[in-house]
Amino acid sequence: MTHWIILPIVLPAMLAPFIVLAARYHIGIQRVFSVTGVLALIAIAAGLAWEVSDGSVILYQLSDWAAPFGIVVVGDRLSTLMVLLTTILALAVLLYAIGSGWDNRGRHFHALFQFQLMGILGAFLTGDLFNLFVFFEVLLIASYGLMIHSGGAPRLRAGVQYVLFNLIGSTLFLFALGSLYAETGTLNMADLSQRVALIGAEETVGIRVAAVLLLLVFAIKAALVPLHFWLPSSYAEAPAPVAALFAIMTKVGAYAIIRVYTMIFPPGLEATAGLHDLWLLPAALVSLAIGMVGVLAAQTLDRLVAYSIIGSMGMVLVSIALFSPEAIAASLYYIVHSTLAGAALFLISDLVRTGRGNLELTAQPVMAGTHMTAAFYFAGAIAMAGLPPLSGFLGKLLVLDAAYGTELMAWIWAVVLISSLISIVGFARAGSVLFWKAHGLESAVADDQQSLPTVLSYTATGGLIALLALHTIFAGQVHGYTSKIAAQLFSPDTYVSTVLETPGKLSDAKEEDH
Amino acid sequence: MELLVASAIGVLTAGGIYLVLRLRTFPVILGMSLLTYAVNVFIFASGRLTVGAPPVLHDGATVYTDPLPQALVLTAIVISFGMTAVVVMIGLGAFLGSDDDHVDDQPDPDPEGRS
Repeated sequence: MTHWIILPIVLPAMLAPFIVLAARYHIGIQRVFSVTGVLALIAIAAGLAWEVSDGSVILYQLSDWAAPFGIVVVGDRLSTLMVLLTTILALAVLLYAIGSGWDNRGRHFHALFQFQLMGILGAFLTGDLFNLFVFFEVLLIASYGLMIHSGGAPRLRAGVQYVLFNLIGSTLFLFALGSLYAETGTLNMADLSQRVALIGAEETVGIRVAAVLLLLVFAIKAALVPLHFWLPSSYAEAPAPVAALFAIMTKVGAYAIIRVYTMIFPPGLEATAGLHDLWLLPAALVSLAIGMVGVLAAQTLDRLVAYSIIGSMGMVLVSIALFSPEAIAASLYYIVHSTLAGAALFLISDLVRTGRGNLELTAQPVMAGTHMTAAFYFAGAIAMAGLPPLSGFLGKLLVLDAAYGTELMAWIWAVVLISSLISIVGFARAGSVLFWKAHGLESAVADDQQSLPTVLSYTATGGLIALLALHTIFAGQVHGYTSKIAAQLFSPDTYVSTVLETPGKLSDAKEEDH
Repeated sequence: MELLVASAIGVLTAGGIYLVLRLRTFPVILGMSLLTYAVNVFIFASGRLTVGAPPVLHDGATVYTDPLPQALVLTAIVISFGMTAVVVMIGLGAFLGSDDDHVDDQPDPDPEGRS
């Protein structure tokens, strides 16, 4: 049994209290430990992803208790890919936070950051629904702290909304877990997948309630319309590096939907038929449309980026809702793309804020560092709007291809294409107001709020854009890998047998019970 | 007993939802607390209701109650307790900062004041 798989959870969990206790007054030491920790996490995540790339499943039984009695941590292709994506994103965000000085504008940024990573990575790796809830709470508690980092009344007000909305989501999650447990007597995902299939056709009332409640919870996390109301204010008011890290948090919801609805409630299950195509798909199409209309209507750059996140989550969920292997592969490609693009755009919005002091989409004198910022904005907007040559275009193409020939093809193609056009107009309008109209105005007084972003800020943002370019260049390989992930998701036998048949404490007693 | 527990959960949830839909922070937080009480009792009941039975191995016992929901509910109580404390602090900060405890976004009288 390899112990590496538990490290993405344990390492940040140890680092965070260490940073609080030993280095609370030394921002330099905090930065060193935080960056080192994230670098180590990237190495571990890459190693794990390499190890499972042949289709095997890594299982870790805490205290050697056999599933379904003990807690398990499971790594398969999907979860290790998400872990790797999170750690790489975390490095860029962390470097930006250090470069722009955001981490020094309040207390305990690095400790909260590590706890946040622990929650996100744990949510990806856990093999048990109750621990998914616990890791959701860990990442949420840390995100509450990060969200109101460096304070201010508008940020605190947005923070209250964010916390309350997520608390209601957590309560719903507990209701869902309670009804699942009452129906099946287990919360281990592999065990659930076997037991749910055994439930007779007449006794599906409870399990259907649980399936819908779970979908609601994950939809809240994924900011699916009409459950998206928490997102624009909180992402726009959060410090920019934090908002960039939050770009992965909506994907935690998408990940949970993929995991639970391929394994526990697979598309072929009669009890939950209609959940994907009848409910999820229309809601996802509406999110896509509303997100992109929001991009056009936004009056500040941070709201624009927040709405583009909603739109891109709509795109991801459209693809997930099709629930075919091709569509899941396309959605995974798009998840990687939209995480990187969304994070890059939030960092760019902070470059703009540093350069000109505010984010209003009105013509103002030329900002400091306008050339680099404009170039990054151009690349980020192309990626998010889905224009060639960057990966957004390829991602949308894959989704459209997966939708080809399905019943709702006309709707999906129409909404995706029209909303893409709207978002292009929205991004182009914002870009021309921010960067081009500025040249016509005299910069009469040197604004003291203007300052040039640091080199490290540019490096971190540029790194994300470079990753997007790599994601485009190696699109063939990445898509090949996401296709393999989808194939593994749709035949979960390896996962289930690895989790349930690996011996541990109590596994002998279990055989006697049967 | 089933009727009593079920109606208790129902009444708590109904009251909680009503309060959560209010406009100001304090009733909303009270509503959240009611909802978490409701969900705690709900989880507790999800292992079936048993009276006077031990949860762990015990000499001479023939009937056991399910110990797992008790462990789950303990975790849920701790988490919801901490969360309530956090939301009270953030809500208090927001109220003291802007002298207004509405949960929703108020129309911004001074759009220039944003930073």
